[in-house]
Amino acid sequence: MTARFIAWLDERIGIISIWDTIFDRKVPKVNWWFTLGSASLFLFVMQGLTGIFLTVYYVPTPDHAYDSIQYIMNGIAFGWLIRGIHHWGSTLMVLIVFIHMLRTFYYASYKFPREMTWFSGVVLLLATLGMGFTGYLLPMNQRSYWATTVGTEIAGSVPFIGSFILRVLRGGSDLSAVTLARFFSVHIWFIPLILALMIGLHMYLVIRLGISAIPDEKD
Amino acid sequence: MAKSPHLSRNEFVKIVVAFLGTIMGVVIGFPAIGYLLSPALKKESLDAWISAGPIESYPVGTPTLFKFTRTTINGWEKTVNSYGAYIYRETEQKVTAFDNTCTHLSCRVTWLEEEQVYLCPCHDGEFDIDGTVVSGPPPRPLDRFETKVEDETLFIRLEVG
Repeated sequence: MTARFIAWLDERIGIISIWDTIFDRKVPKVNWWFTLGSASLFLFVMQGLTGIFLTVYYVPTPDHAYDSIQYIMNGIAFGWLIRGIHHWGSTLMVLIVFIHMLRTFYYASYKFPREMTWFSGVVLLLATLGMGFTGYLLPMNQRSYWATTVGTEIAGSVPFIGSFILRVLRGGSDLSAVTLARFFSVHIWFIPLILALMIGLHMYLVIRLGISAIPDEKD
Repeated sequence: MAKSPHLSRNEFVKIVVAFLGTIMGVVIGFPAIGYLLSPALKKESLDAWISAGPIESYPVGTPTLFKFTRTTINGWEKTVNSYGAYIYRETEQKVTAFDNTCTHLSCRVTWLEEEQVYLCPCHDGEFDIDGTVVSGPPPRPLDRFETKVEDETLFIRLEVG
């Protein structure tokens, strides 16, 4: 039954060749460090799903943000679980993506013909850090407020254009409702879109070029 | 390679992935459903006698609107709900309090003195002075609040939930 259904689907949309291209690739003998890309993708999906669930109750305004999160934590069934996964997942994702980059660097996997994979990875790392920075403000507690104050001040210390950057980040000279709204928007729309597009490119290149072997004494 | 009676590496990985995937799906999936339904499963009930002031302040023969509010908690916020009762003193002694919520789809009805009907502006439902449906879509007469008069003061009973 399942086999017949798959055959039916394959005749129409070519699902078997898609599956084989993605999952039945030739790979060199590698080690556990090569699982970190998949781990990053898994974390991205987890963060995406838990993030979507959090938006059901979270309200991105200064007078509701903190209370709505208290409500998620204490008033909603399993709210602590959904937010807990999102909270710890974010830290883990920064960590995993960073170690993934270190592996690529130390195994010299960024060289020809994989430069574009590396460049898209650079964007992915920066976008991941951007997610961490914008997400940090959203709980609107003391730590969020002062971390964002300091973070935007640091961006403001750039010579000449610093105060302009600061005002762009904050949406004005003060950390306000405008800041929270734009951080929220960037956190749930702009950066996730960049991440999704870049993950698509990154994975296309990984599948197209294959993964590099571990360098040995001949390299 | 000859077919081995033992599990191949490939089959082993498939089984482990399916097993762990199912566990993770259940551990995340069921709480996620509870998470979404959670506020719908909490029901707030309200049962109170509301003072509507001296009975003598309501004219005999003309339905007069008495408005009041009650507060409930939704999520982290207080929600102030407005209620309205048309107090109709048919005689000095006989008093009826109609809920001004239309029995069709809960818009608020207004008493029109010239036409002698309660009109609902949403879908033109009309009720007469006794609350019975005259025309339009309402399925039943206007609801009534329970009333009592103590020390010349009118009370109406609000029951919600």
